[in-house]
This record gives sequence, C-alpha cells and structure tokens, in this order.
Amino acid sequence: MRETVLEVQGLTVVFPTHGGEVQAVSDLSYVLHRGETLGIVGESGSGKSVSSLALMGLLNPARTRISGQALFGGRNLLTLPSNTMRDIRGKDIAMIFQDPFACLHPMYRVGDQIMEAVTAHAKVSNAQAEKRAVELLDAVGIPRAKDRARDYPHQFSGGMRQRAMIAMALVHNPSVLIADEPTTALDVTVQAQILELIDRVKREFDMGVILITHDLGVIAETADTVLVMYAGRAMEHGPAREIFDAPQHPYAWGLLQSMPTIERRLEILVPIEGSPPSLVDIPSGCPFHPRCEYQFAPCPIELPEPRTLPNGHVDRCHLPDEQKRAIWFARRAEQLKVAQ
Amino acid sequence: MLLYIVRRLLWATVVVLIVLLLTFAVFFLLPAGDPALRFAGKSPTPESLALIRERLGLDQPWYEQFGLFVKNFVAGDEYGWPGLGYSYNSNVSVLGEVQERAPRTLLLIAGAAFIWVVVGVSIGVLSAVKRRTLVDRLAMGFVLVGISSPVFWLGLMALFIFWRQLGLTGGTGYVPITEDPISFFSHMILPWCVLAVLFAATYARMTRNSLLETLGEDYIRTARAKGLPERTVIIHHALRASLAPIVTMFGLDVALLVGGAIITESVFNIQGLGWLAIDGTLNQDLPTVLGVVMVGAVAVVIMNLVVDIAYAFLDPRVRYA
Repeated sequence: MRETVLEVQGLTVVFPTHGGEVQAVSDLSYVLHRGETLGIVGESGSGKSVSSLALMGLLNPARTRISGQALFGGRNLLTLPSNTMRDIRGKDIAMIFQDPFACLHPMYRVGDQIMEAVTAHAKVSNAQAEKRAVELLDAVGIPRAKDRARDYPHQFSGGMRQRAMIAMALVHNPSVLIADEPTTALDVTVQAQILELIDRVKREFDMGVILITHDLGVIAETADTVLVMYAGRAMEHGPAREIFDAPQHPYAWGLLQSMPTIERRLEILVPIEGSPPSLVDIPSGCPFHPRCEYQFAPCPIELPEPRTLPNGHVDRCHLPDEQKRAIWFARRAEQLKVAQ
Repeated sequence: MLLYIVRRLLWATVVVLIVLLLTFAVFFLLPAGDPALRFAGKSPTPESLALIRERLGLDQPWYEQFGLFVKNFVAGDEYGWPGLGYSYNSNVSVLGEVQERAPRTLLLIAGAAFIWVVVGVSIGVLSAVKRRTLVDRLAMGFVLVGISSPVFWLGLMALFIFWRQLGLTGGTGYVPITEDPISFFSHMILPWCVLAVLFAATYARMTRNSLLETLGEDYIRTARAKGLPERTVIIHHALRASLAPIVTMFGLDVALLVGGAIITESVFNIQGLGWLAIDGTLNQDLPTVLGVVMVGAVAVVIMNLVVDIAYAFLDPRVRYA
C-alpha cells in the first residue's frame, strides 16, 4: 500500500450570504496516496474547485465556514493558523489553475515569479533561486530556459505559461499538487502535452496529484481514482477503470454518455436534462433526483448512504446494485446500437 | 526603450507647436481691444502708437506675426528664452514674472502632491484590505468630506484654527526657502495640506477601487498559492498592478495645477502662477495670461510624456506595442 499523503474527512464548505447559505461542499471525504492521481469531476458549481481552495486556505475566512478534517502530515489543514498554512502552501502542497493567461503576473518576468516562489520558503541567494527557476523551467520543457526566464508572460504561449506555472509549483518538491482545470483554457494538442507533463512530474517528484476537471476525457487519460461530484457531494468514488467500465450512479451514466469521443458523434450523445441545482436551495434527499430518470419513492426524501462494493467502488444511490448494473449495460448497448 | 522615448519626444514637440498656434490665435485673432493702445500708456500720440505697432509686429499680416511669435518663443527675445513678450501693464518681461512666480507654484504643488499621494494611496490600500470594516467606512467617510469641502472654506478654516487660534503655523504670504527655510515650511504646511485634501480623497477612492479589482485577479490567487506573506501579495503584486490609473491621474492633476492652483494661491496669498493669471486677466494683460497659459500647456505636455514613460516602465506590455 502506498503512503497516504492527504486524508480528507467530511469536508463541508458553506458561504453565508444575504440570499441564504450557499452549501458549496457537503461531507466530502477522500484519501490521496503518493504517486496517485485523483480525478475530481463534475459540472460547474459542483464544488470541485471550492473543495481544493478550502484545503489550500485560499478562501476568504471572513466569508466562509469550513468544517471537517484534512489530515496532512498528521496535521489538520483546516484548523491550522494562517501563518502555518502559508508555510505549507506552495511548499508541501502546490496548486496550478485553469487560466494560465491570467495566473501569471503580467508585469513581472516569468523567471522572477518562479524565483519568488523559491525564496518564499527558503533562505537562498538570488543566484541560487535563479538557478532553481531555470532548472525547473528546463525540467518542464521550456526550450532555452535561461533566456526565456527573462521573458514576460505575454511573450509566452498558453501552453508555455501553464508549463511555467507547473515549474513554479514544483520548486519545493511538494507532496501534493492540486491541478484545477489545468487544460481547460488550452488547445487540444497542448492539453495532451500538459497532461503528459503532469503525469511525468508526478512520477519524478513522487507526488499525489488532485486533478480537477469537468472533462472526463482528461480523467480517462490520467486518473487512478475518480471522484464524481454533484451539488457539493461525492456521488461516486472509486478506481478509474471501475468508474468508466461499470459506473453505479445515474449521474455518472449521464456524464459518461454525454462525453463525445471519436466513435461517438453528436447525434448519439445523451445529454443530462435540466441544469445543476442552486447551492442555496439544494433538493432534498438525493440532490440529483429532480434530473434523474430512475428516481423512485425514497429519492426525494432520503439522502442515500454511501454504499461500497468489494472492489472499493463507492456510490450514493437508492437503486439496488443489480438493477444499476442492468440499467448501465442496457444504456450502453442502446448507445452502441444507435452508433451503428 | 530609447526609440520609444524619442518617438514620444517628437510627438510632444508637435503638440507644443499646436498649443502655440492656438495660443497665438487667442491672442491675435480675438483681441480684447487694440494691444498697442493698452501698451502706449495714458495719452498716446499717433507716432508712438505706430512705433509700438512696429515694435510688437502688429503692422504685419497675421502669418508674419505668427512667425515672429514662434521665432520669439523658440529663439527668445531680449529678455531671454523662451520669449514671451512684455506685459502691457507693467511693461516688464512676462518671462521675468513667470520666473519669479513659477517656483512658488511648483513648490506648492510638489509638497501637496507628496502629501496627497502618500496619504491617499495609504488610505486606499488600508480601506481595500480592510474592506467592509470600521476602518474602511471611516476612510470612505474622510473621502466624502474631502471631496465635498470647498478649498476656499477649508483654507480659511485651516488658517483660522492653526494660525489665529493655535498659532502653530505661519499665516498667509510666501517666504522663499532660500531666505528662511523654517518660515518657508511654516507658511507652506497649511496650503500643502489644504490643496492635498481634495486630491488625497480622490486618490484614496481610486486606489481602493483599483486595488479591489486587482485583488480579484487570478495572479493574486497564484501569489497566495505560492505561500507569499499577505503584505507581499498586497504591495508587490496587487498594488503594482493597480498603479496605472493612479499614475495617469497624477500626471494630469499635477499638470493642470501648474496653471490652476488659483484658489489655494489666493486664499494663502502665495502669488504664484495662478495669481499671475488672475492678475493678468483682471487687467486685460494678454501677454501675461498667455505666458501662464504657455507654461501650463508645456507642463501638460511634459507630464503626459512623463506618464507615458512611467507606463512603459510599469507595464512591460506597453514597451513593445
């Protein structure tokens, strides 16, 4: 068994607002191991980004209520004083974001921004910090790294900026890298390169990676474990192969069958009808029930308890296991038939 | 970078020439009475008027006059460079008047600008960082008071309280710094503060808004995610990116004040350029007014140039545009 680097238990994030309480994340739990990629997938507003920002202590404490536990190196990240959390941030846990065009400061040289990440946690000379910055730019595949370090972000392409962000995240050999939609803003060809790079540095630096995305294709390529979120809750959680081959939750079925692939043309995609609920007023019972075509008596009343299959595959759905399997095979067969 | 500055300098020269043309038009094409008549004194004879017309070049067609005007401005006249002509009233050189008055106004602006930038930006930063707290509300209260207080009232109140009642400062009038530095400061501190209040208030509000906008940017989140101390995030990352609109405003405000600190100068009897402009206007002394206008115009052009160059230093994206 690999070493556990991060254990999240019952993470709940609430934003009190004038219009009511926004229940952004409810009772989220997962375990991240060294060398593992955990893919968190869900629609916009499903709480996937917020849950990670909460771990990083990047949500405004004055306007957020966070409960639960996030154990990292024996400490609960959620209750650490902000100074201690700052020491961990960027050093032991690093994060990269969605839009590399907006994430680098437009007025500072790329190299300087990476050097700043070095000196934020280590007392080193400028020359040493610069050496480290160039070394990492080189490691993430920026050609002529020493020269390019003197460039400003606007002289970099989107892919190069995301590489620079990754270099910045790696300066202190973090144990955990959180990548929040790292490829969403990039060209498809560049997407693959960045995913490959994340996978490579994960192995080289022996990190645990949390990959947040709405794109199941991205998850399929890189994740070992998948967590499907809906309305702030984990609906399904398990090994990636399991989730893709035998998904248990109607929401996961919807996600999988609405994903275009090379074999699936637009007309055979099955969209999930309706739209995600307002987080101020989450539906009672199973939050997915208003959009679920298989809902029955208990769904609007009772939140399904997580059920674990022997292979570690967890889901929250009232349908009996055999019925779920039968429905999924029928749905897949239907889609294949339409495809032919 | 050098090329950029050279290009801006060439443009600045063109702008100065255009201002010169407009100034000339105001002076010669829309004259308030016959300049020669005003120049000649109480009982002019036709001979003296003709002499004056010849001396001022008023007997020439307008383009000749413009040529002379430009030539005098560029090459200087008998009073030195740049040639601004003679005052109709006192028959002294306008250049000499400007040279005597300008340091007063410039020192007034310099001191006030220092105060308003330091105070205004600090209040703005504090108020943005402590948004929606008591500090923020007090700061925005000050801003409202600062913006709504008329300068003449503020000046008179300041004089009354700090000079007459408390005796803490010097009164009205101007003491050259070379003569008595302590008295200079004691006389300037009130005008500096009074002039600075309005600007400090606007700058505080602008800094607050600009900083709040910047604090929502993704690169601020990146800076925090790096684990930088909040102070570094605010000053080094957010404030730096929020400076552009402040620098722009600063350049324009300073430039406009060169010819326009009139109320402050009047209340405190500083007799700087603003006072000179008023005096010239009241006496229909066109060359004097034009002298001040030219100084003001050149100040606007120069400050614009300074702002443009500062921009290029502040934001690397401008340099290659």
